[in-house]
Amino acid sequence: MLFWKGEGFGLEHLPPSSRVIYPPEPVPPLLNPRAAIRRALEEPLGDCKPLSALLKPDMKLTIAFDDISLPLPPMRSPDIRQLVIETILEMAAEAGVDDVVLIAALAVHRRMTEAELRHALGSRIYNSFAPHGLLMQHDACDEDNIVLLGHTEAGEAVEINKRAADSDLLVYVNINLVSMDGGHKSVATGLSSYRSLRYHHNPATLSKSRSFMDHHHSELHHSNWRMGRLIAKSGVSVFQIETTLNTNTFPEQFGFLQRREWEWSAKDRAAYLATSTLLSRTPVQLRRRLFHSIRSPHAMASVQAGEVEAVHERTIHHIHRQQLVQVDGQTDVLAVGLPYISPYNVNSILNPILVASLGLGYFFNLYKGKPLVRPGGVMIIHHPTPYEFDIVQHPSYIDFFEQVLTETKDPVEMSEKYEEAFAMDPWYTHLYRTGHAYHGVHPFYMWYWCTHALEHLGAVIIVGGDKRAVHRMGFKVASTFNDALEMATDVVGADPSVTYLHTPPLLLAEVK
Amino acid sequence: MKALLVERSIPRFAVARFASYASSEWGIRLGPLRLADIDPPVPPNEEWVEVYPVLAGICGSDLSMLEGRTSSYFEPLVSFPFIPGHEVVGRLDDGQRVVLEPVLSCTPRAISPPCSACERGDTGNCEYVSAGHLRPGLQTGYCADVGGGWSSSFIAHLSQLHRVPDSISDEEAVLIEPTASAVHAVLASGMNSASTVAVIGASTLGLCTVAALRYLGYENLLVVAAKWPIQQELALSLGADRAVKPNQLKRVLRFNTKSFMVGLHLSNGADLIFDCVGSADTISTSLEMVRPKGTVVMVGMPGVVDLDLSPLWHKEIRLQGAYTYGWEYFKETRVHSFELATNIVSAAKLGRLVSARYPLDRHEEALLHAMEAGKRDSIKVVFTPQPKTKRRTRSSAEPFKED
Repeated sequence: MLFWKGEGFGLEHLPPSSRVIYPPEPVPPLLNPRAAIRRALEEPLGDCKPLSALLKPDMKLTIAFDDISLPLPPMRSPDIRQLVIETILEMAAEAGVDDVVLIAALAVHRRMTEAELRHALGSRIYNSFAPHGLLMQHDACDEDNIVLLGHTEAGEAVEINKRAADSDLLVYVNINLVSMDGGHKSVATGLSSYRSLRYHHNPATLSKSRSFMDHHHSELHHSNWRMGRLIAKSGVSVFQIETTLNTNTFPEQFGFLQRREWEWSAKDRAAYLATSTLLSRTPVQLRRRLFHSIRSPHAMASVQAGEVEAVHERTIHHIHRQQLVQVDGQTDVLAVGLPYISPYNVNSILNPILVASLGLGYFFNLYKGKPLVRPGGVMIIHHPTPYEFDIVQHPSYIDFFEQVLTETKDPVEMSEKYEEAFAMDPWYTHLYRTGHAYHGVHPFYMWYWCTHALEHLGAVIIVGGDKRAVHRMGFKVASTFNDALEMATDVVGADPSVTYLHTPPLLLAEVK
Repeated sequence: MKALLVERSIPRFAVARFASYASSEWGIRLGPLRLADIDPPVPPNEEWVEVYPVLAGICGSDLSMLEGRTSSYFEPLVSFPFIPGHEVVGRLDDGQRVVLEPVLSCTPRAISPPCSACERGDTGNCEYVSAGHLRPGLQTGYCADVGGGWSSSFIAHLSQLHRVPDSISDEEAVLIEPTASAVHAVLASGMNSASTVAVIGASTLGLCTVAALRYLGYENLLVVAAKWPIQQELALSLGADRAVKPNQLKRVLRFNTKSFMVGLHLSNGADLIFDCVGSADTISTSLEMVRPKGTVVMVGMPGVVDLDLSPLWHKEIRLQGAYTYGWEYFKETRVHSFELATNIVSAAKLGRLVSARYPLDRHEEALLHAMEAGKRDSIKVVFTPQPKTKRRTRSSAEPFKED
């Protein structure tokens, strides 16, 4: 079986009785995306007028959009955001709307670079808006531009971007890569302040999110839904546009990455051999650059617009249509191979904390119903887990790794003892607000994302990981997959059931 | 008697210097040090006694000297040939254990009246270390007339000797001298008003500085830059809050002082930094990491360095040397550094820093071990200079100085 191993991949033998969960075939893309977008805007879902009816001269229009964390890998031009926003702007121009601002909904993610914004929006939009200060990046620390809308019934303070709150219409352009994205989370998280994020980005909430990919059973989403409803009630008019992608993830020359191994043609085998040989002889920095330059051919599979909750239910339907796989029963040992990229290291390094977050936060949570692995089971992760950090994008991660994780691995303890110092550190805040750094609090959120998995699993074993990095996180390291399986038997007993989650491309396991 | 002798040989010093760039081992083998059989020094009068070293430490300054890296500043302050060894615990003829206070100040030199520094009790600043009835030599271990600890015996003035209490082991006693240096540095630093202190270097001197800081009452954040795991472990056990690799110290101080980065410099930084290494790199990074109007104390002996002093000027930093020991003021009481050091070596169990013992005839191994101490999980390497045969005894002179 082919396993991703960071900036590379390799073949591993699985025990004879192993189960492999493959993603479904990619669904066909929309034949005419622009027409589909137009139709969605004019035929909204839920209690909502068509967009053209909502656009008026002299109105304040704000268009917020998902940031660099989506999609993964970045898609080929034109990006979905470009297609959707161009359509909106055409309609806005037709309606005589002059006051239009674009906002990248970063929450506490890093600011996007010019190149990244150009890729997401297209140069025409970028050149029209950026030079005039009309293309903004949300700043969760800008007290002058954050407004308190009120408190939910659970006492959660809802603060969002002032421009968005003051607008006559807030249009949100969303890319739903997984079913965690979208819905009320778009505005309630993407345009939120740090203070508001604390209500759901904390260990207690995330521990009760089972899973993140199922918003009906996710406390993270329940909180966002409460906040989103308060946002609507407070008079912020949100026109939600959600899109889904098919799982045609890798360019054709890497087609073997998304075909089942027994379906590999001679060309696929040759491509695999050539690629893996070349990669093994390439320095890691160059490999990283090569991989991050990949532009995915994944294409729009659906677009829906209108009232947030109605739109999101339709979006979930489309995501399930593409990604959902029925799985019978849990497994003792779940094996995954992590690729080079997560939402939080586009054009950067997948540092050890992000490895944990990707494996235990995302891949572990790719389920509906029950986790793939049984309580007390073992997760085996393939990734080199380099003891390496990007000082520009992830400065606070370094201190988190060197200081916080040496003192505690407990998400609750670290949230009480250390989170605030990092969140309020003036240098981290400065780098977040003016550079391209994730907010000082972000490594904590990455660790909290693992809470459910850390509570559920008996052990985490990383194959091929840097020993110091893996041990610092409290996990075990194995040199080979066979060694990892042997180590797993100490936890789950002899002759365990083994399941390999063959992803990416993405899938969502519905475990009966 | 057997002694390790350093003779004046410019070619040998030069060869040692260049050879040490390639290999420490060759630096030692080709350098100016040799094992010799010489006549022991004779006490010139009743105020001097013979001391038989039990343990004699190898200090960083000794290693610098043997590698030819010592500044020419010290040339007028030594006389050849000399026997190194200034960190010594030994016995007198009557069997009493003593530690050596090696500075050869006015009193050992029979200079009367003493200079103003000696009058104050700052014997380390003695003006007459190249005068009096001894040849030049700032300390025992650098003076041709008195010998040094790396031998079977040397002579010491009674004023240089401190009795070792029975409760102190030989290993603890040999650490008294470097601990006294640390005590002097800490008390001169103004630590009482500091809330963030860093110690750079966790060899013997750095670790003694950590121990001294905690014993003398510093209770706030203490971060140590230590290259090797053994050093980090010991620094933490001696009271450091964090022990990090040298390249992480700035990041840790930045976080704990909530500083911005201004180029390579912290906008705020540590109140006080003890540089126990003294290289160009550590002095330079100390200036980057100390806060404006903060203090950098040079505890370790530096050499000739190339340094940009602009930050020192701009940030109004105090760069202060700390050399040896003397009479201090601690909690409004006048007390000698050696007395405080004796308490510290016992309280902090500093004897555990002694990692290896070598006889004089294995001096090449010993010195190499000392040069690679951290890498070899060691801290302090010492000589055991006494031969296995019984020592000769002589009647003692006047009682030595009470601690």
